[in-house]
Amino acid sequence: MSLLAVSDVTIRYGRLTAVREVAFTLAEGEILFITGPNGAGKSSLMRAIAGVTPPAGGRIDFGGIEITGRAPEEIARMGLSMVPEGRDVFGSLSIEENLLLGTGMHSRERGWKARAASALEEVYDTFPILKERRHGQAGLLSGGQQQMLVIGRALMTNPRLIAIDEPSLGLAPNITDQVYERLIGLRAHRKLTLLIVEQSSTRAVMVGGRMILMRGGQILLDGDAGAMGQSEALQAAYFGYGEH
Amino acid sequence: MLQVLFDALSLGSLYALGALGIALIFGVMRLVNFAHGDVIAFSVFALLWPSTDAVAIVFAGHLPWFLLIPFVLAVGAGLSVLSEIVVFRRFRHASPATMMIASFALGFVIRYFLLMLFSSRPKSISLLPALSQPVEILGARMPLLQLITILATIVMLIALSVFVRRTRFGLEMRAAAENFTMARMLGVRANRVIMGAFALSGALAGAISIILGAQTGTADIQMGGAVMLMAFIATVIGGLGSLEGAVLAGFLLGAASVVMQTVLPPEARPFRDAFVYGAVILVLLFRPQGLIAARGTKERV
Repeated sequence: MSLLAVSDVTIRYGRLTAVREVAFTLAEGEILFITGPNGAGKSSLMRAIAGVTPPAGGRIDFGGIEITGRAPEEIARMGLSMVPEGRDVFGSLSIEENLLLGTGMHSRERGWKARAASALEEVYDTFPILKERRHGQAGLLSGGQQQMLVIGRALMTNPRLIAIDEPSLGLAPNITDQVYERLIGLRAHRKLTLLIVEQSSTRAVMVGGRMILMRGGQILLDGDAGAMGQSEALQAAYFGYGEH
Repeated sequence: MLQVLFDALSLGSLYALGALGIALIFGVMRLVNFAHGDVIAFSVFALLWPSTDAVAIVFAGHLPWFLLIPFVLAVGAGLSVLSEIVVFRRFRHASPATMMIASFALGFVIRYFLLMLFSSRPKSISLLPALSQPVEILGARMPLLQLITILATIVMLIALSVFVRRTRFGLEMRAAAENFTMARMLGVRANRVIMGAFALSGALAGAISIILGAQTGTADIQMGGAVMLMAFIATVIGGLGSLEGAVLAGFLLGAASVVMQTVLPPEARPFRDAFVYGAVILVLLFRPQGLIAARGTKERV
């Protein structure tokens, strides 16, 4: 059964339709890239999945339960962790406080303090730079460190699915490499399902996995990223003006 | 000289507590709650039986202090939380201007409710009469109440600061004040944080009403208005949403008022407030973002 199922989702801002009847599913353990040029509706789709902007039509299911129209905190508590575009660290909070925010949702469960502490250690093991500066203000971190912080923070919620909107935004290519290296490592290690939005398809072709290409609020292509990288359809989808 | 200092501190305490109550709510939902002053008035009147006589008929006012104070704080917190549930929850997605107007409306509802039950005549009450005795400290004579006001404010500020910095709820509130949407995406419950902020703010309003009631010996429907105005100005000067800024600016405003009262020539004293507000304009000209700019102006819930 699919972990995430998006069925005919339409998103509108006033009279502007940002996403038109988009449908796809994501299986447990899968890695899915959603790519496409600026204004394709990728971020709108992510906001709808996270419950921030409820869709105007269609439905979204997570783990077999409908989440359309649910509050963001409820969706997060079900194990869907969103890392929004622009990273959104809490700049005035310390790095450790940023991380600990992610564990709050489990505070009613038995033994959560011990689990939170071990989750914290795990994140620090993955990103040693965060441990070094744990009491420092998060706002003072570099872009790459902030990206690691928000990925670590998402891990603290013990999610089944991490959705990341443009992890490479504003990062130098070698830093992006590092971020992806950790992501791929985490996925193998924790059997995470990953949904990653990127503007460019290069990274998806490099990493492999499945790729959906969006443009003008619709899905143009859906298939294996490696195979798509070879085809001319990809080029046409980015730059062509054909059917639009 | 010492007398001026104590006057400044005790007036500043009132403004700081009021500003903190406004800043707490503004921080989490970008609402400037103009009903805050009426919550202050309501908390005092909750001690009285409804009547239109000039002499108050006491209901709970004769309670010993250790019951009276929690009672008034609870009334303030309760009314504040109730106003969130009944009114502000429905305006959460509205623009800050709409929410502000809703808060004015709510303020009028509370005020006219009190007017209906108690009439507009100020009532004399004796709240914690033991506190009006003078004490002598370092050669300055002042009412015990003034000293207790200052000490209690300091204790409350320290307690609140520890609460905000050391507890999980405080952490969630600080995160929500900076970026509510992101906090919710980490599982922070919006309702819990907002109701918590309203409860704290209302309890602070209750604290102000005890101090005002004991200082003036009257319960007046208008009593919250003046404090509310100064407190609002303090939150703006402090940097809207910044708790430290609100407290700092509250004390500065209190000090400015008291100092001007002493240094202005006697003919100019009736216009003291004009000078205070003039100083406010000057501060804002040089620091339009406030003394301590709050972080995070991201969209609310």
